[in-house]
Amino acid sequence: MKTVTVNIVTPDGPVYDSEVSMVIAKTTSGEIGVLAGHIPTVAPLAIGAVKLKKADGSTELAAVSGGFIEVRPDKISILAPSAEVASTIDLARAKAALARAEERVQKQKDNIDFKRAELSLKRALNRINVHQGNI
Amino acid sequence: MVNLREIKGRINSTKSTKQITKAMQMVSSSKLRRAEQNAKSYVPYMEKIQEVVGAIASGTKDSGHPMLTSRPVKKTAYLVIGSDRGLAGAYNSSILREVQSTINQRHKSKDEYVILAVGRVVRDYFVKRDHNVIADVVALPDQPTFADIKEIARNAVGMFIDGTYDELHMYYNHFVSAIANEVTAKKVLPLTDIAPAAGTASYEFEPSGEAILEVLLPQYAESLIYGALLDGKASEHSARMTAMKNATDNANDRISELSLQYNRARQAAITQEITEIVGGAAALE
Repeated sequence: MKTVTVNIVTPDGPVYDSEVSMVIAKTTSGEIGVLAGHIPTVAPLAIGAVKLKKADGSTELAAVSGGFIEVRPDKISILAPSAEVASTIDLARAKAALARAEERVQKQKDNIDFKRAELSLKRALNRINVHQGNI
Repeated sequence: MVNLREIKGRINSTKSTKQITKAMQMVSSSKLRRAEQNAKSYVPYMEKIQEVVGAIASGTKDSGHPMLTSRPVKKTAYLVIGSDRGLAGAYNSSILREVQSTINQRHKSKDEYVILAVGRVVRDYFVKRDHNVIADVVALPDQPTFADIKEIARNAVGMFIDGTYDELHMYYNHFVSAIANEVTAKKVLPLTDIAPAAGTASYEFEPSGEAILEVLLPQYAESLIYGALLDGKASEHSARMTAMKNATDNANDRISELSLQYNRARQAAITQEITEIVGGAAALE
């Protein structure tokens, strides 16, 4: 099967660079699957998991918090404010963040900070899900 | 006669100062290495985002996105990036002087501009002079991550969008080399000078170019600010390293001067003693 290079880049440096046969990402308008040779596309991403299917059939997972995906026929780049590959996620930290965010969400039902608390809740949940592989 | 013990004391105190400045110099030089590395690992992200923004902005002319359009300037914001601590030579003072003179030139009253301060020295300077400081970040780590700066970057972009100010300028020290940095002024918002990327493929936009700009432009502006911060940190460490190196060199000079003085005084004391003994013996005969 044809493969394509995938880069995941964050402001703190690149986190992933490998050849894969298919990328499945969650954009703001729904999930997209991208194979090698796709026409050039740009799409904003939602907070969610990116599935990276390798040529040998194995699948890797990465958690991204927003950003966007840039597709070219020979190369796919994902640029996100933060991103982690499943194996590098700090589960304890994510769980602590989840507890913190939950508390904040419950406290400030009608505050402007509510949206921010909700976003950090989503990010923490996403990290935990990706780490445990239940997508 | 110069007091021997006094000179000895001064030599010792200069020596201990030298130990401190020497240690700070070495700490700064290792921090500088890290900071340079951080700035380097950030380059791919910046390049990529610039490329995509350029491609989209050139593809969708006159999108009318608020971040791309200039509007009449009623209020200007200055984002000033300095350090938390001193002992970095002219690092903070050169940047503050530049901002102050720009403000004096451009504005007549304090209602025409606001300050966003990064670094304790910068914040204290503007607060003390009664400028309108609307946001500040202090106690940033020496190797800041994107998460540390996200708050102020997002605020800076948000306040532009909701009309708190109509222009955002950024002042920071650009890292030229380990011994040189220069004060740089950059207009961040509105984003009027995006270079259209040459020769890139024309993209399909999912769902639409406008929707992507909505996500991309704030991210782009935030990354500009983060880039400036990394640059500023690298020059802070290099400025501190240079300042401490000068201090150590000065201490060395001072020590050798004082040792010379000490030896002369000691010699003079011995000579005098001998003269006294000889004189005393001669008087007995």
